[in-house]
Amino acid sequence: MATIAELVDVVVTSGGFPLLAGATVHIDDHEVTVLTGDNGAGKTSVLRVLAGLSPVTSGRAVVLGVDLMTTDRRLLRRRVGWLGHEGSLYDDLTVKENLTFAAGMTDRPTDAIASALDRVGLTSRQNTRTQQLSAGQRRRLGLAWLLIRRPALWLLDEPYASLDARGRDFLDDLLRDVVAAGAGVVVSSHDPLGHERFATRTVEMAGGRILGDEFA
Amino acid sequence: MMRVAWLVARKDLRIETRSRVLLWQVLPFGVIALILSGLAVGPNDEAMRHAAPGLFYLVILLVVLFMIGRGQAVESPAGTRTSVAMLGADPAGIFLGKTLALFVELVVTAAVLLTGVVVLLHAPVAGTASALPSVLLTLGALAAGGTLYGALVAGADVQATLLPIIALPPFAGLLIIGEKSFAAAVAGQSSVKWLLFLFVSLLAYLAVGILLYGVTEES
Repeated sequence: MATIAELVDVVVTSGGFPLLAGATVHIDDHEVTVLTGDNGAGKTSVLRVLAGLSPVTSGRAVVLGVDLMTTDRRLLRRRVGWLGHEGSLYDDLTVKENLTFAAGMTDRPTDAIASALDRVGLTSRQNTRTQQLSAGQRRRLGLAWLLIRRPALWLLDEPYASLDARGRDFLDDLLRDVVAAGAGVVVSSHDPLGHERFATRTVEMAGGRILGDEFA
Repeated sequence: MMRVAWLVARKDLRIETRSRVLLWQVLPFGVIALILSGLAVGPNDEAMRHAAPGLFYLVILLVVLFMIGRGQAVESPAGTRTSVAMLGADPAGIFLGKTLALFVELVVTAAVLLTGVVVLLHAPVAGTASALPSVLLTLGALAAGGTLYGALVAGADVQATLLPIIALPPFAGLLIIGEKSFAAAVAGQSSVKWLLFLFVSLLAYLAVGILLYGVTEES
Protein backbone atom coordinates (compact mmCIF):
# COMPACT_ATOMS: atom_id res chain seq x y z
CA MET A 1 0.00 0.00 0.00
CA ALA A 2 1.19 3.51 -0.76
CA THR A 3 -0.06 6.92 0.24
CA ILE A 4 -1.62 8.69 -2.74
CA ALA A 5 -2.99 11.75 -0.94
CA GLU A 6 -1.97 13.58 2.18
CA LEU A 7 -3.58 16.53 3.93
CA VAL A 8 -1.72 18.08 6.87
CA ASP A 9 -3.33 20.78 9.05
CA VAL A 10 -5.46 21.84 6.10
CA VAL A 11 -7.61 24.91 6.57
CA VAL A 12 -10.29 25.80 4.04
CA THR A 13 -12.43 28.89 4.45
CA SER A 14 -15.43 30.19 2.57
CA GLY A 15 -16.56 33.76 3.16
CA GLY A 16 -14.47 33.85 6.33
CA PHE A 17 -16.13 30.72 7.70
CA PRO A 18 -13.80 27.73 8.26
CA LEU A 19 -15.04 24.65 6.40
CA LEU A 20 -11.95 22.72 7.47
CA ALA A 21 -10.12 23.81 10.62
CA GLY A 22 -6.80 21.96 10.49
CA ALA A 23 -7.71 18.57 9.02
CA THR A 24 -4.96 15.95 8.81
CA VAL A 25 -5.56 12.71 6.93
CA HIS A 26 -3.81 10.46 4.44
CA ILE A 27 -5.35 8.27 1.74
CA ASP A 28 -3.76 5.03 0.57
CA ASP A 29 -4.27 3.05 -2.60
CA HIS A 30 -5.95 -0.38 -2.43
CA GLU A 31 -8.16 1.05 0.31
CA VAL A 32 -11.70 2.31 0.83
CA THR A 33 -11.66 5.19 3.28
CA VAL A 34 -15.03 6.27 4.64
CA LEU A 35 -15.45 9.78 6.02
CA THR A 36 -18.22 9.85 8.60
CA GLY A 37 -19.76 12.61 10.63
CA ASP A 38 -22.87 14.70 11.00
CA ASN A 39 -24.01 17.23 8.43
CA GLY A 40 -21.51 20.10 8.32
CA ALA A 41 -18.69 17.99 9.78
CA GLY A 42 -16.48 18.75 6.77
CA LYS A 43 -16.73 15.48 4.81
CA THR A 44 -17.59 17.08 1.49
CA SER A 45 -14.97 19.80 2.08
CA VAL A 46 -12.26 17.12 2.42
CA LEU A 47 -13.51 15.49 -0.80
CA ARG A 48 -13.50 18.85 -2.62
CA VAL A 49 -9.92 19.52 -1.52
CA LEU A 50 -8.85 16.05 -2.66
CA ALA A 51 -10.58 16.71 -6.00
CA GLY A 52 -8.82 20.03 -6.49
CA LEU A 53 -12.15 21.85 -6.43
CA SER A 54 -11.63 23.93 -3.28
CA PRO A 55 -8.59 26.14 -2.71
CA VAL A 56 -6.60 25.40 0.45
CA THR A 57 -6.16 28.43 2.70
CA SER A 58 -3.25 26.99 4.71
CA GLY A 59 -1.58 23.69 5.51
CA ARG A 60 -0.11 21.07 3.23
CA ALA A 61 -2.07 19.17 0.59
CA VAL A 62 -0.51 16.76 -1.89
CA VAL A 63 -2.78 14.56 -4.02
CA LEU A 64 -1.44 12.08 -6.59
CA GLY A 65 1.87 13.93 -6.45
CA VAL A 66 0.25 17.33 -7.13
CA ASP A 67 1.05 19.94 -4.48
CA LEU A 68 -2.20 21.91 -4.25
CA MET A 69 -0.48 24.87 -2.59
CA THR A 70 1.82 25.52 -5.54
CA THR A 71 0.31 23.85 -8.61
CA ASP A 72 -2.73 24.60 -10.77
CA ARG A 73 -5.55 22.50 -9.30
CA ARG A 74 -6.92 21.77 -12.79
CA LEU A 75 -3.97 19.46 -13.41
CA LEU A 76 -5.22 17.22 -10.61
CA ARG A 77 -8.87 17.10 -11.70
CA ARG A 78 -8.19 15.07 -14.81
CA ARG A 79 -6.67 12.32 -12.67
CA VAL A 80 -9.30 12.19 -9.94
CA GLY A 81 -12.82 10.80 -10.24
CA TRP A 82 -15.72 12.62 -8.58
CA LEU A 83 -19.27 11.46 -7.95
CA GLY A 84 -21.35 14.15 -6.30
CA HIS A 85 -24.89 13.94 -5.08
CA GLU A 86 -26.18 16.74 -7.31
CA GLY A 87 -26.20 14.87 -10.62
CA SER A 88 -23.84 14.79 -13.54
CA LEU A 89 -23.16 16.88 -16.64
CA TYR A 90 -26.00 18.24 -18.81
CA ASP A 91 -29.70 17.55 -18.29
CA ASP A 92 -30.58 18.36 -21.91
CA LEU A 93 -28.15 15.81 -23.37
CA THR A 94 -28.82 12.10 -23.53
CA VAL A 95 -26.84 9.62 -21.44
CA LYS A 96 -24.67 8.66 -24.39
CA GLU A 97 -24.19 12.26 -25.56
CA ASN A 98 -23.02 13.25 -22.08
CA LEU A 99 -20.46 10.45 -21.95
CA THR A 100 -19.29 11.14 -25.51
CA PHE A 101 -18.87 14.83 -24.66
CA ALA A 102 -16.93 14.07 -21.48
CA ALA A 103 -14.72 11.55 -23.27
CA GLY A 104 -13.95 14.05 -26.00
CA MET A 105 -13.13 16.80 -23.51
CA THR A 106 -10.62 14.58 -21.74
CA ASP A 107 -9.13 12.88 -24.80
CA ARG A 108 -10.56 9.49 -23.87
CA PRO A 109 -11.59 6.99 -26.54
CA THR A 110 -15.33 6.48 -26.87
CA ASP A 111 -14.95 2.70 -27.26
CA ALA A 112 -15.38 2.17 -23.53
CA ILE A 113 -18.77 3.89 -23.35
CA ALA A 114 -20.84 0.85 -24.38
CA SER A 115 -19.23 -1.48 -21.85
CA ALA A 116 -19.46 1.14 -19.08
CA LEU A 117 -23.17 1.65 -19.77
CA ASP A 118 -23.66 -2.10 -19.74
CA ARG A 119 -21.83 -2.43 -16.43
CA VAL A 120 -23.99 0.21 -14.71
CA GLY A 121 -27.19 -1.07 -16.33
CA LEU A 122 -27.98 2.00 -18.44
CA THR A 123 -27.65 0.53 -21.94
CA SER A 124 -31.40 0.67 -22.49
CA ARG A 125 -31.45 4.33 -21.41
CA GLN A 126 -28.47 5.53 -23.43
CA ASN A 127 -30.66 7.68 -25.71
CA THR A 128 -32.71 9.09 -22.84
CA ARG A 129 -32.20 12.69 -21.81
CA THR A 130 -30.48 12.89 -18.44
CA GLN A 131 -33.27 15.05 -17.00
CA GLN A 132 -35.64 12.10 -17.46
CA LEU A 133 -33.50 9.76 -15.36
CA SER A 134 -34.24 9.00 -11.73
CA ALA A 135 -31.76 10.14 -9.07
CA GLY A 136 -30.37 6.62 -8.82
CA GLN A 137 -29.93 6.37 -12.59
CA ARG A 138 -28.11 9.70 -12.62
CA ARG A 139 -25.80 8.28 -10.00
CA ARG A 140 -25.20 5.31 -12.28
CA LEU A 141 -24.40 7.69 -15.14
CA GLY A 142 -21.75 9.31 -12.94
CA LEU A 143 -20.35 5.88 -12.16
CA ALA A 144 -20.25 5.01 -15.87
CA TRP A 145 -18.12 8.09 -16.44
CA LEU A 146 -15.75 7.01 -13.65
CA LEU A 147 -15.52 3.55 -15.21
CA ILE A 148 -14.49 5.11 -18.50
CA ARG A 149 -11.89 7.31 -16.81
CA ARG A 150 -10.54 4.69 -14.39
CA PRO A 151 -8.96 7.32 -12.11
CA ALA A 152 -6.36 6.50 -9.48
CA LEU A 153 -8.46 8.17 -6.79
CA TRP A 154 -12.26 7.87 -6.57
CA LEU A 155 -14.11 10.48 -4.50
CA LEU A 156 -17.74 9.62 -3.81
CA ASP A 157 -19.97 12.06 -1.94
CA GLU A 158 -22.83 10.17 -0.23
CA PRO A 159 -22.95 7.67 -3.11
CA TYR A 160 -25.60 5.43 -1.54
CA ALA A 161 -28.07 8.23 -0.89
CA SER A 162 -30.41 7.60 -3.83
CA LEU A 163 -29.61 3.99 -4.70
CA ASP A 164 -31.99 1.10 -4.13
CA ALA A 165 -30.82 -2.19 -2.55
CA ARG A 166 -29.71 -3.55 -5.93
CA GLY A 167 -27.85 -0.35 -6.67
CA ARG A 168 -26.08 -0.51 -3.32
CA ASP A 169 -24.94 -4.06 -3.95
CA PHE A 170 -23.79 -3.06 -7.40
CA LEU A 171 -21.77 -0.15 -5.98
CA ASP A 172 -20.21 -2.42 -3.34
CA ASP A 173 -19.09 -4.86 -6.04
CA LEU A 174 -17.78 -2.05 -8.20
CA LEU A 175 -15.75 -0.54 -5.37
CA ARG A 176 -14.26 -3.94 -4.54
CA ASP A 177 -13.11 -4.24 -8.17
CA VAL A 178 -11.74 -0.72 -8.18
CA VAL A 179 -9.76 -1.24 -5.00
CA ALA A 180 -8.50 -4.62 -6.19
CA ALA A 181 -7.23 -2.87 -9.33
CA GLY A 182 -5.14 -0.58 -7.14
CA ALA A 183 -7.15 2.65 -6.90
CA GLY A 184 -7.87 4.52 -3.69
CA VAL A 185 -11.50 5.27 -2.82
CA VAL A 186 -12.81 7.90 -0.44
CA VAL A 187 -16.49 7.84 0.43
CA SER A 188 -18.39 10.33 2.55
CA SER A 189 -21.31 8.99 4.53
CA HIS A 190 -23.41 10.25 7.41
CA ASP A 191 -24.90 6.78 7.76
CA PRO A 192 -22.80 4.98 10.42
CA LEU A 193 -24.16 1.54 9.49
CA GLY A 194 -24.20 1.60 5.72
CA HIS A 195 -20.48 1.49 5.05
CA GLU A 196 -19.22 -1.24 7.36
CA ARG A 197 -19.50 -3.92 4.73
CA PHE A 198 -16.80 -2.55 2.48
CA ALA A 199 -14.79 0.06 4.40
CA THR A 200 -11.16 -0.74 5.12
CA ARG A 201 -10.80 2.43 7.13
CA THR A 202 -13.17 4.87 8.82
CA VAL A 203 -12.29 8.50 9.48
CA GLU A 204 -14.62 10.34 11.84
CA MET A 205 -15.07 14.08 11.41
CA ALA A 206 -16.71 16.92 13.34
CA GLY A 207 -16.42 20.69 13.11
CA GLY A 208 -14.00 20.59 10.20
CA ARG A 209 -11.50 18.38 12.07
CA ILE A 210 -10.56 14.72 12.09
CA LEU A 211 -11.66 13.11 15.37
CA GLY A 212 -10.68 9.49 14.81
CA ASP A 213 -9.02 7.21 12.27
CA GLU A 214 -9.74 3.47 12.55
CA PHE A 215 -8.78 0.53 10.37
CA ALA A 216 -11.40 -2.18 9.93
CA MET B 1 -7.75 24.19 -27.33
CA MET B 2 -9.57 24.19 -30.69
CA ARG B 3 -10.83 20.63 -30.13
CA VAL B 4 -12.30 21.61 -26.77
CA ALA B 5 -13.79 24.74 -28.36
CA TRP B 6 -15.47 22.67 -31.08
CA LEU B 7 -16.87 20.17 -28.58
CA VAL B 8 -18.26 22.92 -26.33
CA ALA B 9 -19.78 24.84 -29.25
CA ARG B 10 -21.39 21.70 -30.63
CA LYS B 11 -22.75 20.79 -27.20
CA ASP B 12 -24.18 24.28 -26.57
CA LEU B 13 -25.81 24.41 -30.01
CA ARG B 14 -27.24 20.91 -29.59
CA ILE B 15 -28.79 21.90 -26.26
CA GLU B 16 -30.14 25.11 -27.80
CA THR B 17 -31.60 23.26 -30.78
CA ARG B 18 -33.24 20.76 -28.49
CA SER B 19 -34.69 23.31 -26.08
CA ARG B 20 -35.85 25.58 -28.96
CA VAL B 21 -35.49 28.65 -26.76
CA LEU B 22 -34.01 30.59 -29.69
CA LEU B 23 -36.87 29.64 -32.01
CA TRP B 24 -39.83 30.10 -29.71
CA GLN B 25 -38.64 32.78 -27.31
CA VAL B 26 -35.69 34.82 -28.54
CA LEU B 27 -36.73 35.33 -32.16
CA PRO B 28 -40.35 36.28 -31.37
CA PHE B 29 -39.08 38.63 -28.65
CA GLY B 30 -36.64 40.26 -31.10
CA VAL B 31 -39.25 40.70 -33.81
CA ILE B 32 -41.78 42.18 -31.36
CA ALA B 33 -39.13 44.55 -29.98
CA LEU B 34 -38.27 45.65 -33.52
CA ILE B 35 -41.92 46.26 -34.39
CA LEU B 36 -42.44 48.29 -31.19
CA SER B 37 -39.30 50.29 -31.91
CA GLY B 38 -40.61 51.07 -35.39
CA LEU B 39 -43.95 52.15 -33.95
CA ALA B 40 -42.12 54.49 -31.56
CA VAL B 41 -40.47 56.24 -34.52
CA GLY B 42 -43.86 56.82 -36.15
CA PRO B 43 -45.24 56.37 -39.69
CA ASN B 44 -42.45 58.23 -41.42
CA ASP B 45 -40.47 56.14 -43.92
CA GLU B 46 -37.47 58.48 -43.97
CA ALA B 47 -37.28 58.60 -40.14
CA MET B 48 -37.58 54.81 -39.90
CA ARG B 49 -34.89 54.31 -42.54
CA HIS B 50 -32.64 56.73 -40.68
CA ALA B 51 -33.25 55.04 -37.32
CA ALA B 52 -33.02 51.47 -38.66
CA PRO B 53 -29.33 50.77 -37.80
CA GLY B 54 -29.73 52.08 -34.26
CA LEU B 55 -32.97 50.21 -33.65
CA PHE B 56 -31.44 47.00 -35.01
CA TYR B 57 -28.57 47.19 -32.56
CA LEU B 58 -30.83 48.18 -29.68
CA VAL B 59 -32.82 44.98 -30.19
CA ILE B 60 -29.61 42.97 -30.65
CA LEU B 61 -28.40 44.31 -27.30
CA LEU B 62 -31.55 43.11 -25.54
CA VAL B 63 -31.25 39.73 -27.24
CA VAL B 64 -27.57 39.42 -26.30
CA LEU B 65 -28.34 39.92 -22.61
CA PHE B 66 -31.04 37.28 -22.85
CA MET B 67 -28.78 34.80 -24.65
CA ILE B 68 -25.85 35.31 -22.24
CA GLY B 69 -28.13 34.49 -19.33
CA ARG B 70 -29.42 31.46 -21.20
CA GLY B 71 -25.89 30.23 -21.96
CA GLN B 72 -24.91 30.47 -18.32
CA ALA B 73 -28.13 28.83 -17.11
CA VAL B 74 -27.13 25.67 -19.00
CA GLU B 75 -23.93 25.51 -16.94
CA SER B 76 -25.43 26.66 -13.65
CA PRO B 77 -26.77 23.55 -11.88
CA ALA B 78 -24.33 22.60 -9.11
CA GLY B 79 -23.85 19.08 -10.46
CA THR B 80 -23.12 20.34 -13.96
CA ARG B 81 -20.65 22.97 -12.77
CA THR B 82 -18.72 20.45 -10.67
CA SER B 83 -18.80 17.72 -13.32
CA VAL B 84 -17.47 20.06 -15.99
CA ALA B 85 -14.79 21.43 -13.63
CA MET B 86 -13.68 17.86 -12.98
CA LEU B 87 -13.05 17.37 -16.70
CA GLY B 88 -10.06 19.67 -16.21
CA ALA B 89 -10.51 21.04 -19.74
CA ASP B 90 -8.61 24.01 -21.13
CA PRO B 91 -10.61 27.11 -20.05
CA ALA B 92 -9.50 28.99 -23.15
CA GLY B 93 -11.09 26.27 -25.28
CA ILE B 94 -14.29 26.44 -23.24
CA PHE B 95 -14.38 30.23 -23.68
CA LEU B 96 -13.89 29.98 -27.44
CA GLY B 97 -16.51 27.23 -27.73
CA LYS B 98 -19.13 29.16 -25.79
CA THR B 99 -18.28 32.30 -27.78
CA LEU B 100 -18.69 30.42 -31.07
CA ALA B 101 -22.05 28.97 -30.00
CA LEU B 102 -23.33 32.39 -28.88
CA PHE B 103 -22.05 33.93 -32.13
CA VAL B 104 -23.96 31.39 -34.23
CA GLU B 105 -27.14 32.04 -32.23
CA LEU B 106 -26.70 35.80 -32.66
CA VAL B 107 -26.12 35.42 -36.41
CA VAL B 108 -29.39 33.49 -36.76
CA THR B 109 -31.18 36.15 -34.73
CA ALA B 110 -29.55 38.97 -36.71
CA ALA B 111 -30.58 37.36 -40.02
CA VAL B 112 -34.22 37.48 -38.94
CA LEU B 113 -33.91 41.01 -37.53
CA LEU B 114 -32.15 42.34 -40.64
CA THR B 115 -35.00 40.99 -42.72
CA GLY B 116 -37.31 42.86 -40.36
CA VAL B 117 -35.23 46.00 -40.72
CA VAL B 118 -35.67 45.86 -44.51
CA VAL B 119 -39.36 44.93 -44.46
CA LEU B 120 -40.59 46.92 -41.47
CA LEU B 121 -38.22 49.88 -41.33
CA HIS B 122 -37.69 50.15 -45.10
CA ALA B 123 -33.89 50.05 -44.97
CA PRO B 124 -32.42 49.59 -48.48
CA VAL B 125 -31.58 45.98 -49.30
CA ALA B 126 -28.23 46.75 -50.96
CA GLY B 127 -27.09 49.03 -48.11
CA THR B 128 -28.16 46.49 -45.50
CA ALA B 129 -26.30 43.73 -47.34
CA SER B 130 -23.14 45.83 -47.53
CA ALA B 131 -23.34 46.30 -43.74
CA LEU B 132 -23.02 42.54 -43.17
CA PRO B 133 -19.23 42.53 -42.48
CA SER B 134 -19.63 45.14 -39.74
CA VAL B 135 -22.65 43.33 -38.31
CA LEU B 136 -20.69 40.06 -38.15
CA LEU B 137 -17.73 41.76 -36.45
CA THR B 138 -20.02 43.45 -33.93
CA LEU B 139 -21.81 40.19 -33.18
CA GLY B 140 -18.45 38.45 -32.75
CA ALA B 141 -17.27 41.06 -30.26
CA LEU B 142 -20.61 40.92 -28.42
CA ALA B 143 -20.39 37.11 -28.27
CA ALA B 144 -16.84 37.15 -26.89
CA GLY B 145 -17.57 39.94 -24.40
CA GLY B 146 -20.89 38.38 -23.44
CA THR B 147 -19.31 35.00 -22.72
CA LEU B 148 -16.73 36.67 -20.50
CA TYR B 149 -19.24 38.84 -18.61
CA GLY B 150 -21.58 35.87 -18.29
CA ALA B 151 -18.84 33.86 -16.59
CA LEU B 152 -18.12 36.81 -14.30
CA VAL B 153 -21.66 36.91 -12.92
CA ALA B 154 -22.31 33.14 -13.07
CA GLY B 155 -23.44 31.71 -9.78
CA ALA B 156 -24.29 35.11 -8.29
CA ASP B 157 -27.69 35.32 -6.61
CA VAL B 158 -28.36 38.57 -8.45
CA GLN B 159 -27.09 37.36 -11.83
CA ALA B 160 -30.08 38.64 -13.82
CA THR B 161 -29.69 42.22 -12.60
CA LEU B 162 -25.89 42.21 -12.28
CA LEU B 163 -25.26 41.18 -15.88
CA PRO B 164 -26.76 44.33 -17.52
CA ILE B 165 -24.90 46.57 -15.07
CA ILE B 166 -21.58 44.95 -15.94
CA ALA B 167 -22.13 44.39 -19.66
CA LEU B 168 -24.06 47.45 -20.86
CA PRO B 169 -21.38 50.16 -20.36
CA PRO B 170 -18.68 48.38 -22.41
CA PHE B 171 -21.24 47.18 -24.95
CA ALA B 172 -22.46 50.75 -25.49
CA GLY B 173 -19.21 51.60 -27.28
CA LEU B 174 -19.53 48.54 -29.50
CA LEU B 175 -23.10 49.40 -30.41
CA ILE B 176 -22.26 53.01 -31.25
CA ILE B 177 -19.47 51.87 -33.57
CA GLY B 178 -21.68 49.15 -35.04
CA GLU B 179 -24.47 51.67 -35.68
CA LYS B 180 -22.04 54.17 -37.30
CA SER B 181 -20.69 51.42 -39.53
CA PHE B 182 -24.18 50.19 -40.47
CA ALA B 183 -25.36 53.74 -41.20
CA ALA B 184 -22.28 54.44 -43.32
CA ALA B 185 -22.89 51.28 -45.34
CA VAL B 186 -26.56 52.14 -45.86
CA ALA B 187 -25.56 55.65 -46.99
CA GLY B 188 -23.02 54.19 -49.40
CA GLN B 189 -20.08 55.69 -47.50
CA SER B 190 -16.82 54.03 -46.52
CA SER B 191 -16.95 52.23 -43.19
CA VAL B 192 -13.37 50.98 -43.13
CA LYS B 193 -12.35 52.87 -40.00
CA TRP B 194 -15.39 51.54 -38.13
CA LEU B 195 -14.63 48.02 -39.33
CA LEU B 196 -11.10 48.43 -38.00
CA PHE B 197 -12.44 49.54 -34.60
CA LEU B 198 -14.76 46.53 -34.49
CA PHE B 199 -12.00 44.14 -35.53
CA VAL B 200 -9.69 45.44 -32.80
CA SER B 201 -12.54 45.18 -30.26
CA LEU B 202 -13.18 41.58 -31.31
CA LEU B 203 -9.49 40.68 -30.96
CA ALA B 204 -9.29 42.43 -27.58
CA TYR B 205 -12.31 40.57 -26.20
CA LEU B 206 -10.99 37.25 -27.53
CA ALA B 207 -7.54 37.86 -26.03
CA VAL B 208 -8.91 38.87 -22.63
CA GLY B 209 -11.31 35.94 -22.64
CA ILE B 210 -8.63 33.41 -23.54
CA LEU B 211 -6.41 34.74 -20.76
CA LEU B 212 -8.99 35.32 -18.02
CA TYR B 213 -11.87 32.90 -18.55
CA GLY B 214 -10.22 30.29 -16.36
CA VAL B 215 -9.75 32.82 -13.57
CA THR B 216 -13.39 33.92 -13.70
CA GLU B 217 -14.55 30.29 -13.65
CA GLU B 218 -12.42 29.45 -10.62
CA SER B 219 -13.55 32.53 -8.71
